[in-house]
Amino acid sequence: MNFPILSSLILLPTIGALFLLFSKDKNSSTVKYVALFTSFVNFLISIYLWYLFDPSTSNFQFVEDREWLKGFINYKVGIDGISILFIILTTLITPLCIVSVNNTIKDRLRDFLIAILVMESLMIGVFCSLDLVVFYLFFEAGLIPMFLIIGIWGGARRVYSAFKFFLYTLLGSVLMLVAIISIYWIAGTTDIVQLYDLGIDSQYQNLLWLAFFSSFAVKTPMWPVHTWLPDAHVEAPTAGSVLLAAILLKMAGYGFIRFSLALFPVASELFTPLVYSLSLIAIIYASLIALMQEDMKKLIAYSSVAHMGFVTLGIFTITQQGIEGSIIQMISHGLVSAALFLCVGVIYDRMHSRLIKTYGGLVSVMPKYSILFMLFTLAALGLPGTSGFIGEFLILMGVFKDNFLVAVIASFGVIFGAAYMLWLYRRVVFGNLINKDLLKIPDLNNSEKFILWSLAIPVVFFGFYPEPLINTIEVSVKDLIEMYNSNLNMHSLEVQN
Amino acid sequence: MNNLNYISPEIFISLSIMFLLILGVFKKNSSSLIHNLSIGLLLVTGILILNNPSESDVNLFGNSYIIDKLSSLMKIITIIGGVFVLLISTKYLKISKIFLIEYPILILCSILGMLVMISSNDLMVFYIGLELQSLALYVLASFNRDQLKSSESGLKYFVLSALSSGLLLYGCSLIYGFSGSTNFNIIGNAMDSTHYGLTFGIVFILVGLAFKIAAVPFHMWAPDVYEGSPTSVTLFFAIVPKVAALTAFIRFLYVPFFNMIDQWQPIIIFISIASMIFGAVAAIGQNNLKRLVAYSSIGHIGYALAGLSVGTNEGIQASIVYISIYLVMNLGLFSFLLMMKRNDQYFETIDDLSGLSKNHPVLSLSLLVILFSLAGIPPLAGFFAKFYIFKSAIEQSMYFLAIVGLLSTVIAAFYYLRIIKVIYFDEEREKYDTDHSVWLRVSLTFSTLLILLYFIFPSKLVEIVSRVNII
Repeated sequence: MNFPILSSLILLPTIGALFLLFSKDKNSSTVKYVALFTSFVNFLISIYLWYLFDPSTSNFQFVEDREWLKGFINYKVGIDGISILFIILTTLITPLCIVSVNNTIKDRLRDFLIAILVMESLMIGVFCSLDLVVFYLFFEAGLIPMFLIIGIWGGARRVYSAFKFFLYTLLGSVLMLVAIISIYWIAGTTDIVQLYDLGIDSQYQNLLWLAFFSSFAVKTPMWPVHTWLPDAHVEAPTAGSVLLAAILLKMAGYGFIRFSLALFPVASELFTPLVYSLSLIAIIYASLIALMQEDMKKLIAYSSVAHMGFVTLGIFTITQQGIEGSIIQMISHGLVSAALFLCVGVIYDRMHSRLIKTYGGLVSVMPKYSILFMLFTLAALGLPGTSGFIGEFLILMGVFKDNFLVAVIASFGVIFGAAYMLWLYRRVVFGNLINKDLLKIPDLNNSEKFILWSLAIPVVFFGFYPEPLINTIEVSVKDLIEMYNSNLNMHSLEVQN
Repeated sequence: MNNLNYISPEIFISLSIMFLLILGVFKKNSSSLIHNLSIGLLLVTGILILNNPSESDVNLFGNSYIIDKLSSLMKIITIIGGVFVLLISTKYLKISKIFLIEYPILILCSILGMLVMISSNDLMVFYIGLELQSLALYVLASFNRDQLKSSESGLKYFVLSALSSGLLLYGCSLIYGFSGSTNFNIIGNAMDSTHYGLTFGIVFILVGLAFKIAAVPFHMWAPDVYEGSPTSVTLFFAIVPKVAALTAFIRFLYVPFFNMIDQWQPIIIFISIASMIFGAVAAIGQNNLKRLVAYSSIGHIGYALAGLSVGTNEGIQASIVYISIYLVMNLGLFSFLLMMKRNDQYFETIDDLSGLSKNHPVLSLSLLVILFSLAGIPPLAGFFAKFYIFKSAIEQSMYFLAIVGLLSTVIAAFYYLRIIKVIYFDEEREKYDTDHSVWLRVSLTFSTLLILLYFIFPSKLVEIVSRVNII
């Protein structure tokens, strides 16, 4: 058997965390370097994994299959074109989070880094797992470190937000657990590869789809169960918000593609109008709310809701463009929202205020910051030449193919998006410098520059040259759609007979 | 004579009790000696149980006593629970000034009762075992007799438990009257749903048993007794008698009453759902940790009963797995409670935990693991316990039970999170003592590691339990 590269990706951060747990230092920079080193090595491994990855097939690669719960569940991991990008996103964002704690986390640094590293393990696990139970395990286990991150290092209303985050997500997920166990009894396995071959009897699909949906809708988050997100984002420390926005939300989008579409095609077809309506409401409603926010983090949180609305919209068009667009949009949003939260974090560290009205005229005191912030603002609103554009454009193309009216309404979302982002930028960076305290604050320091540039480069690079991303996912998406359509045809034949 | 070989553990433990009593009377200041001796004797009993001369099931004394896989397994679990209770309670007893010779002897007595209960295959034998363990428990509950609360809890437990024993006995007499025998197997063959008398008998017996394991709606005694009893006794209450009572439940439901599954299944499902929901909701308002544990144990018993209500071997096995993991989690929780002292005074409210993580990081981390496990969050052991239960329930298409059960875990998660919030998010207070006994540390570490690392080898426990096939 080959070297278990995926398992080592999953395990490495946890080993680093264990190392930290037994270290004597609690706040010194050694702790930080150990964490940074671990996560950076993990990033290199994942890049190497991308290099080894064969994009010409949609079969799962680097598969590991070990006996786990004897007789019925195996520990099975593997990746295809859809999951590999999310893994790289995770391994890229985590070291940046660790660099960013420099300025934000003063108290119990070691514990914070342990939580982040454990979180990384679990997130990679979510994207690798090829068994429903293993997936559920990773998916749910992530609640523990995130609960602590928000609760211990969060802002003033952190307790409320942490509880809301935990209970909302748990409530959504328990139904998924029932569905997973039911699938085991219906199909005889929870192994995804086998389930893809076997298919699930169409009479069960609707309820199962809804059970999975209840979990993913909360996590995405879709309207009307999105209310935990702004609270969690606002109260979490910067690194926590970044992880939440960049990766945790993507688990749901990934889940929609991997499970809802692939396992329950009949139900997905039936419920597409539901997803469309909820996504459209999310796009329009969240954008309008974002316009009126006075808190920067809250504004970006609502913009996440709107962007994820685009993602779900794209996924359920079941077109090549739509799904590819959704994946690229998720990656892009992962980079851009992470960067935006970090941008807010940068000025929050200096001024200890997230309110937009505190700022204004930053361009004259922090020119470097203003340039980078502008880049990410433009990427968030989908300006051509940034990765945000590719995603949104492909999604809208997919939607146009499927339903004209939905596409028109969704396009309004793009306009609103431009409105709230540009307005935010104008109020924070331009205008007169009224608050005299701002004069004293320094521009970006080296670590901040490093973080923001590391995010800016891929955003621009993939904006101009999305080829590597599309190459990676193309075949997997195509086969997914083929499988979806053939399952659907088989079902309609059954119905006719 | 041959029969006696098989019950050597019971004989040994009875002789040990008598020996320890005599020793305690004749030797002055022998509490410590007797305490240690009783641990050793319990361990020997455990070895005797493991050394069962027969591989197959044995029926003894005219088929009134049975040694099978279920009984051996549950006896071992009981003994392990008993040993740990004795190991970690020493210091607490000394500080509370109740370090008396009677304490280990009473625990041995009640364990003897449990062993008999677990192996019984006859209504009379079962009742004798049950009463032996209950009588010892009444005394243990009021063991700290100078304290009003302890005496009150003993009395309350006695009165209510005697009432439930009465109901149980009445059920036994009905069953005997309508089936003509006290033997489980003969009753099982005589079971016929046209006999309304038998149905009544089943209901009375189930009520009596539900009382013993504190399942809703027969749970009222639990919070007061848990709160009032000395903490080490509460620990004993929380884990050990539950194992024996659950075994009795399994035996009754699946040997004599199995033909009447249509009659008892709705009752068990109702008790189970009621316990899960009530346990979750009622614990939210509690501030005393021992009281909270009482409500949480009510909830957990609901899950164990859910496994029993399924009516398959998988369901029974899931329940046994559940109760074993529950035992480990509660052991950890109580080891923690026994560490919560400052200047020889024990603290037991949630507010006392405030900011604990800053002063005692390791302790808090253990508690964090235990609490998340109790809440059933993966990948901790508590999740797997629930997973098996719901897997067996869904196999029989009992979706309602599974969904209600899982939703009540969300409610229950709230009060576990509240404790974690107090520990990790709130302001710190004075430090607690750190001069804990070795065994206290061992049992906390042991249970924490077991819970945390369970997911690496999740099949081991299930393999052991899967030898139990009742149906």
